[in-house]
Amino acid sequence: MTLQIFVPRDAGALAVGADEVALALEQAAAHRGITIEIVRTGSRGLYWLEPMVEFATPGGRIAFGPARSQDATTLLEAMATDGPHPLRLGVAEQIPWLARQTRLTFARCGVVDPRSIGDYEAHDGYKGLERALELGPDAIISEVTASGLRGRGGAGFPTGIKWKTVSQAKADRKYIVCNADEGDSGTFADRMIMEGDPFLVIEGMTIAGIAVGATKGYIYIRSEYPHAVAAMNAAILAARQSGLLGERIGGSKFSFDIEVRVGAGAYVCGEETSLLESLEGRRGVVRAKPPLPAHHGLFGKPTVINNVLSFAAVPFILARGAKTYADFGMGRSRGTMPIQLAGNICHGGLFETAFGITLGELIDDIGGGTLSGRPVRAVQVGGPLGAYFPRALFDTPFDYEAFAARDGLIGHGGIVVFDDRVDMAKQARFAMEFCAIESCGKCTPCRIGSTRGVETIDRIRRGERLAENIAVIEDLCNTMKFGSLCALGGFTPYPVMSALKHFPEDFGSTPTRLQAAE
Amino acid sequence: MTPDYERWDAERGGEIIAEHAGCEGATLVILHALQEAFGYVPEAAIPMVASALNMSRAEVHGVFTFYHDFRDKPAGRHVLKLCRAEACQAAGGDALAERAEAKLGIALGNTTADRRLTLEPIYCLGLCATAPSAMLDGRLIGRLDEARIDAIVAETQR
Repeated sequence: MTLQIFVPRDAGALAVGADEVALALEQAAAHRGITIEIVRTGSRGLYWLEPMVEFATPGGRIAFGPARSQDATTLLEAMATDGPHPLRLGVAEQIPWLARQTRLTFARCGVVDPRSIGDYEAHDGYKGLERALELGPDAIISEVTASGLRGRGGAGFPTGIKWKTVSQAKADRKYIVCNADEGDSGTFADRMIMEGDPFLVIEGMTIAGIAVGATKGYIYIRSEYPHAVAAMNAAILAARQSGLLGERIGGSKFSFDIEVRVGAGAYVCGEETSLLESLEGRRGVVRAKPPLPAHHGLFGKPTVINNVLSFAAVPFILARGAKTYADFGMGRSRGTMPIQLAGNICHGGLFETAFGITLGELIDDIGGGTLSGRPVRAVQVGGPLGAYFPRALFDTPFDYEAFAARDGLIGHGGIVVFDDRVDMAKQARFAMEFCAIESCGKCTPCRIGSTRGVETIDRIRRGERLAENIAVIEDLCNTMKFGSLCALGGFTPYPVMSALKHFPEDFGSTPTRLQAAE
Repeated sequence: MTPDYERWDAERGGEIIAEHAGCEGATLVILHALQEAFGYVPEAAIPMVASALNMSRAEVHGVFTFYHDFRDKPAGRHVLKLCRAEACQAAGGDALAERAEAKLGIALGNTTADRRLTLEPIYCLGLCATAPSAMLDGRLIGRLDEARIDAIVAETQR
């Protein structure tokens, strides 16, 4: 009997030795004369347990982790005999961290072979496209609108409305663009889904193409993700060979094809108009809006541009119905959010759950506090442009509006945890420095403001004329927030001002005007 | 090991440019292909790209210099990219970057005098739950600590 073993090929697992473990298992099996079949999957997202290997039993897959190559012989023994092992975690789906989640988008990630379209279909893949083809364009858009899905890239714009705008635009060509320029530190959900379940992204984009009348799609993936690029390219090829991309998809009257384009290390290209410029072969300089990409997007044509996770949410919505999706969540944030726990955290990884869970639950309960074992001092939610929150704000529910009400944002759902050794003035300086490095240069508040911001924070850190320089930072942030063309300059004030407001002691303890006003 | 790159050759460069010139918005596609072949984008290639795409030299130069990835000269034999973004900072990345700089005697963004290693910052490899992380010649490395940084540096000096 062949022993079926699953080893992730996700970049996060490879970085901690998954390839070495797979090789060692093969060698151990050959040595012991056991026939094994190794299936390379994505990651389930329990990164502190990576490389997490599993083997198939009639009662479900049994997981072990974190595995090292030197554990191969004993692991194989435990698998062959279904016996005990110090790294044995039990049935994967029953690991509490996984069992607590609501995996709608990530249901298959870490389970299926991302290179196999057959495996995807065997796990309910392409059910959404099937129903989309039955419904037709208008009903698809109604369904997506009714689901309440909002752009998962960070801005939270209703996806259905965006699609409707493009569908109503008159043009000879329309485009679907998938924003896979996931540059925010602390986020890796796009990478995981592209590497672990690439057909899901293809299915979501295909449904969008049918809905708005577009026949060509681009996925713009950042160059820092070579494994995601390879996985998407392989999946696109497989979908074409199966007649699920190209002319007359699945025998229908609709045609749609996808091409991967690779970025070149510019953070600002995650901004949608900058991304479009880059796709057109130019400097990633932000465009002023309006006109919106929905009217005047890629090559001047009406364009749906959505984040990877937005497209990835669509197949479920179509397959299971808008109401099933909308039943999850709170307020105007419907459905689930793949939240990413990162940085100095004990149990880091991908936690998909309905909106409404509090920050404190995520950090303390699910994340298990810091990896260093020291107290959590600050968490940055939403990437380099997200606010730093202190423990006092840990009752904030994970919801677009709730975070906005506290001068924060959920962005792409990344949470970076810092312990009590963090210097918040240094983090504020980094926010300005990063903005200066990555600014596209088009608007003055961002281009000049960020550099002046670094200089001013340096003066504050040296203790020079504290009150005056803090006032300068506050003014500068105000100018950047309201005067910048895009979120890079416009949101850099979030980490800076939140650090200043919640951690004034790191800035020489002069009360800020913000605090005085409260 | 880094791949063995071809020596710059205008005819070969022209072939690569022609191969991709027909696709929509080809500039980045061509620059990536040139760099993949030669390890960098030689100055002589810029006017060739411009002419193939009916752009001005200045426009192509502008695109080339906008993106952090493109090199105007070859990198060292190995390229070590250390993630310097927030998640890696939170996990102790600052001290590890300083250690690598001290061991190699160069600051981030530079190549050692013997051209064995180029040390670069990178802003997020998406390995934020196994931070701090790095990429050595395309190989990903997570859960970096002092011992691993030392081992990487030693490996590149062999």
